Amino acid sequence: MTEQRRSNARVVGWCLASVVGMFAFGFALVPLYDVFCEALGINGKTQGRYESTTVLERDDNRTITVQFVAQNGPEMPWEFRPVVTSVKVHPGEPTTVNFFARNPTGLAMTAQAVPSLSPSEGTLYFHKTECFCFNQQKLEAGESVNMPLVFIVDAAIPAEIHKLTLSYTLYDQSDPAAVSAAEQTQITTNDNG
Amino acid sequence: MSAVIDTHAQDHHHGPAKGFTRWLYTTNHKDIGSMYLIFSFAMFLLGGTMAMVIRAELFQPGLQIVEPEFFNQMTTMHGLIMVFGAVMPAFVGLANWMIPMMIGAPDMALPRMNNWSFWLLPAAFLILISTLFMPGGAPNFGWTFYAPLSTTYGPPSTTFFIFAVHIMGVSSIMGAINVIATILNLRAPGMTLMKMPLFVWTWLITAFLLIAVMPVLAGVVTMMLMDINFGTSFFNAAGGGDPVLFQHVFWFFGHPEVYIMILPAFGAVSEIIPAFSRKPLFGYASMVYAVGAIALLSFVVWAHHMFTVGIPLAGELFFMYATMLIAVPTGVKVFNWVATMFRGALSFEAPMLFAVAFVILFTIGGFSGLMLAVAPADFQYHDTYFVVAHFHYVLVPGAIFGIFASAYYWLPKWTGHMYDETLAQTHFWLSFVGMNLAFFPMHFLGLAGMPRRIPDYALQFADFNMVSSIGAFMFGATQLLFLFIVVKCVRGGEKAAAKPWEGAEGLEWTLPSPAPYHTFATPPEIK
Repeated sequence: MTEQRRSNARVVGWCLASVVGMFAFGFALVPLYDVFCEALGINGKTQGRYESTTVLERDDNRTITVQFVAQNGPEMPWEFRPVVTSVKVHPGEPTTVNFFARNPTGLAMTAQAVPSLSPSEGTLYFHKTECFCFNQQKLEAGESVNMPLVFIVDAAIPAEIHKLTLSYTLYDQSDPAAVSAAEQTQITTNDNG
Repeated sequence: MSAVIDTHAQDHHHGPAKGFTRWLYTTNHKDIGSMYLIFSFAMFLLGGTMAMVIRAELFQPGLQIVEPEFFNQMTTMHGLIMVFGAVMPAFVGLANWMIPMMIGAPDMALPRMNNWSFWLLPAAFLILISTLFMPGGAPNFGWTFYAPLSTTYGPPSTTFFIFAVHIMGVSSIMGAINVIATILNLRAPGMTLMKMPLFVWTWLITAFLLIAVMPVLAGVVTMMLMDINFGTSFFNAAGGGDPVLFQHVFWFFGHPEVYIMILPAFGAVSEIIPAFSRKPLFGYASMVYAVGAIALLSFVVWAHHMFTVGIPLAGELFFMYATMLIAVPTGVKVFNWVATMFRGALSFEAPMLFAVAFVILFTIGGFSGLMLAVAPADFQYHDTYFVVAHFHYVLVPGAIFGIFASAYYWLPKWTGHMYDETLAQTHFWLSFVGMNLAFFPMHFLGLAGMPRRIPDYALQFADFNMVSSIGAFMFGATQLLFLFIVVKCVRGGEKAAAKPWEGAEGLEWTLPSPAPYHTFATPPEIK
């Protein structure tokens, strides 16, 4: 009987270890997913600031159309649009475009733009040397801004890609605590006045 | 020494305790198996009622009976209750009843944990069902609960749904550990792995699948919980997360899950077809390897549920071919069942009728699965009624018919009485016709472009939907007949012999009918 108990305990031990391991594996999928997306350039996730020591090769025989799309995340009140919706570029040529943003509300707000590139096969060949999406944008009440994006399309981009669409979604990142604190202060001030 | 203690223990426990505490405290595998089966049938009726609401609303185009919000809650709850409340507990119930008797064990290896894993289930489903009465209603995002529909846009009751999934996950994992420990440690001397009945084999592999993927489900709902309540951004793009990640993690659990729901049925059918063909199973070893191969492949095909989310071409190709590869071991099984029947002395009692219908109709569901596996074609089929037709063909005549076949096959052993064969055959034919009438037209609806999970539809889909609803009502009502047959069989009937089926093989038939409360206190001899 004790022999039986011991082998049961061994099986239960192994099973519980697997359960814990698989639970951890579920969470490990989160960073793994990001690593895979970045390494393979899938899912349209563009990378961070591009830095290169070598000058990128120019290819004036090819023209790539780059289109820009801007949209607001849920409950984001800002006005947000690309200044030009489409540019034609040669691979290797640095190009600057601007996105317009305006905060129409009566409160200072912070926003974060999240990019997505389509078709996702082009992601590895789309380099951004300067982008407003690298940082959060803070706008005072009623303030507007032109936000620059500098990008280079790599000459190594596959021949079948003629058009890239870059989409930005703007999300409200204003700290809710700070906002309500600001409102609180305002109320207090009013009381005093 | 141990044998002496066992005999003493048996002398003191002649039978079950009396009253409700018998069921609350029981550690007997037969009691727990019965409770699992009764619970599962209750959930089957509840989930079925929700299906009737869905089909009543879809009987005609336009909104007649329920609001779209409630319709969405019905499709969600129907799916969750049928998957986690009806099919999975039914197989755990069969495992509890049959595995110890099939391998010559006195009980499950961990009887107290067995009791606990059952009693967690009513608690989990009480929580899940109570969400129907909460402000904002029950979960309404489909049984796959895709983020951000379930996180950003879900009703407040989503947190209760998450808690219910956690509890049923714990219950499934404990049940699976128990099955593994029983099969590995409690086989009678001489019962080598390759002498085990196929039902035991398929359950062993199913238990490993459960251990591997239920924790991943727990993980994904935990991430949802944190996104909803603690401000994390696993699936929220605004905070750097990704909703597509949800689909990857969910289907990493979800695809093995569909095999969890079908493999035990494969095992049961592999017991029943030889019994009524009066021939040994054709290709026993290949059956075992096929189940193993299906289980392994189930881990590398998950993205075939997500062909349209924008995965790269290489990914589409890999998941397409890997999915099609599953047809090979599945085909081995189907051909083995047919070869078992070939030139057998066949008779068609109710278990055999359900088993043969299982083979034919599951194959139809398998073929529509192959159609869906073709990535370029899937863009057309995705989220249409074709998908609904496909998975109902593998789950209703697959899992459910497998459970009915098992129930009729082993009812004489459980109750000591023969069930009413005429009524059982009526149950079969009404189920067979009703089920096909309900689900076959859905193939056409899907190919014609009717989307799934909608309470209203375009006029050109009206006729097929009406046929489908009539079939569904027929199938649903017929299950009350099954309840009647089982109750009648429990209360009385023709006395069942120890081995009521002429061609049946296996240790369970060496025991008297009904099986005594304690069996195989002394392990049997295996030749």
